[in-house]
Amino acid sequence: MRINCPICGDRDWREFYYLGAADYLNRPAEGDLDAIHKYLHIRENPAGVTKDLWHHEAGCSSWLVVERNVTTHEILGVELAAEVKR
Amino acid sequence: MIDLVAKSAAEGLLPVTIGALTLSEIPHREVHSIAPFKGAKVSTALKKAVGIELPEAGRSTTKGDVQVLWTARGQYFLIGAKPPKLPAAITDQSDAWCAVALTGPSAGDALARLCPLDTAKMGQGDVARSLIGHMSAIIVKRVDGFETIVFRAFARTLVHELRKVMTSLDAQAALPD
Repeated sequence: MRINCPICGDRDWREFYYLGAADYLNRPAEGDLDAIHKYLHIRENPAGVTKDLWHHEAGCSSWLVVERNVTTHEILGVELAAEVKR
Repeated sequence: MIDLVAKSAAEGLLPVTIGALTLSEIPHREVHSIAPFKGAKVSTALKKAVGIELPEAGRSTTKGDVQVLWTARGQYFLIGAKPPKLPAAITDQSDAWCAVALTGPSAGDALARLCPLDTAKMGQGDVARSLIGHMSAIIVKRVDGFETIVFRAFARTLVHELRKVMTSLDAQAALPD
């Protein structure tokens, strides 16, 4: 698997660390327990396109949002997490 | 006061030549990490002080003995000069790194066995942050080969890994077709 890092270009998967669903970017407001429960524990698990957070650990150190199809392993898009949040 | 003996990171290990490849330690240089503050303009101030600008991502800039390497998102290494006052987080990392030069026509083949980078695509002065085996490394393409920079504590491991590959490549070259 290769991920096209927006900063470094096309790189081997060995340089990356997987964190989890990109939902982690949308932290709910403090005190909203129901939303925090969903944020921490409830995930969609589609057999298809997912958005995940990857860290370019051995490269430029950027957090990336990688959109990929888990059934075909095709990578559809890569963005810097810092730019997705804005 | 006690007179301490200064030792380089790969003291007693290098240089070594095996077949057509040579591995040598790059003499100790002053290294400062520069991480510009959000939105700060650092490049022109740096050019005024040391004569070179910050490079693009994946590149380096050189003037005489002074070099600036891009080393990560929002991070640069100034090598061979004192940094001026800049709107950036600056740390002295001079004794934190070990730099070696792998030179020879098959330097790329040797790296290919340890590093996931496509080094054939790198041009002179290109910089990449990647892995040598399991070590985080900074790799700089030079005219005659590659410079690899790892944390100083990994110097012995780096030399070991590269020596192993150099020996193997040399043995393979000696095999009949």
